[in-house]
Amino acid sequence: MATELDAGWAIDWLRRCAAVIAGHRTELIELDRAIGDGDHGENLDRGFRAVTAKLDTDVPDTPGAAFKLAAMTLMSKVGGAAGPLYGTAFLRAATAAGDAPALDAPALAAALAAGRDGVVARGKAETGDKTMIDAWTPAVEAAAAAADRGATPAELLGEAATAAEAGAVATDPMVARKGRASYLGERSAGHRDPGAASSALILRAAAEAAAAVEPGGSPAGGPSA
Amino acid sequence: MSVGLVIVSHSRKVAEGVVELAAQMAPDVTLVPAGGTADDGGAEIIGTSLDRVMEALSTADTGSGAVVLADLGSAVMTAESALEFLGDPETMLLADAPLVEGSVAAAVAAQSGGNAQTVRRAAEEANRQPPAGGNAPEKAATRGPAVTAELTLINPMGLHTRPAAALAGALGVLDADVEINGMDGKSVMMLMALGAGMGKTLHVTATGAQADEAVALVRREVERGFGEV
Repeated sequence: MATELDAGWAIDWLRRCAAVIAGHRTELIELDRAIGDGDHGENLDRGFRAVTAKLDTDVPDTPGAAFKLAAMTLMSKVGGAAGPLYGTAFLRAATAAGDAPALDAPALAAALAAGRDGVVARGKAETGDKTMIDAWTPAVEAAAAAADRGATPAELLGEAATAAEAGAVATDPMVARKGRASYLGERSAGHRDPGAASSALILRAAAEAAAAVEPGGSPAGGPSA
Repeated sequence: MSVGLVIVSHSRKVAEGVVELAAQMAPDVTLVPAGGTADDGGAEIIGTSLDRVMEALSTADTGSGAVVLADLGSAVMTAESALEFLGDPETMLLADAPLVEGSVAAAVAAQSGGNAQTVRRAAEEANRQPPAGGNAPEKAATRGPAVTAELTLINPMGLHTRPAAALAGALGVLDADVEINGMDGKSVMMLMALGAGMGKTLHVTATGAQADEAVALVRREVERGFGEV
């Protein structure tokens, strides 16, 4: 069992993000069209395609470097609010990860928490506002609990993703208090928040990339610890 | 060199238009638009671009720092992100201000030599109604004896935009709290809001280490009619 995840995992995660966002592009556009301006799927798809293009020429050698590459690219290429929000999440996660060649479970939990705190700082949203935070906070809590009981990185990310998915579903009945959807007031209830939905997809991709590492080392970054 | 300004908008045209407007008041200030973004094919679209904001910041900061103004939601977030990428330098500040009014006020403050804090304050106080009883800081008691003066405006246009900006800018760099007719003397917009015309008396009260210098500066400017008589 891999006890740490290295740059190979981080790169694989980002590539899986691009694939899963492209696969759910229409769904995210429709969610956003219901309560926002309809650009979430398209913007994120553009951003993550730019991330994979960047990874084709620039191979980060630590998870932190991979997160920073994602942060910079998403902030540059995603025109809407999702760019600075996801960009800040990855930037803060990069800072938390530092120069470590690989991240163990507590370090992953800390990086997720730093990412969530970045989204909170940038978007000024709180739990229950019907935003990305409603997926991120349960994920961060699940990750912390998993790290405390000594779970592997793959278990930790799997539980975080499951919590994020439940958190995204839980946004359905909420009334939006932040972002464009808040202009709709009560009419925003009955629709899933697109940012929470994309956050759950992105965290599930992290778990799947970690699960792919487990049997015999990292898919792209050499043997893991 | 003066503090530079970066104008961030979802629309390239809005950013350029605000720069055009503010430049009229501030011919010597470096004003840089960072509006819009480009799609995959390089076509101009509505949005904000981190790259454009970061490039604008490096152009605007000619050694004295820069102040950033942004229009809506994600433009503010992009501006904050750019500053975070640059390590949140103390000389680069984001103003929480209405874009058009704030940019004009900030440009005037920068033109008159204010530092980044003064310029940001000018932007943030634009379009804000002065509170009843003035907006002067309420800490005079803790800053030693007050230096006061009663000064009568002699120039025909009184304390209008240019002298208000010059005065606020010059006072802004002094270690003193300055109150003029109940308003914060370091705020361009509050001084303009006084609407003090020729013949009007200014009641100046200053406290702090450079209180004497502050009052002397106001006296000198008022007595020379801000160079307009």
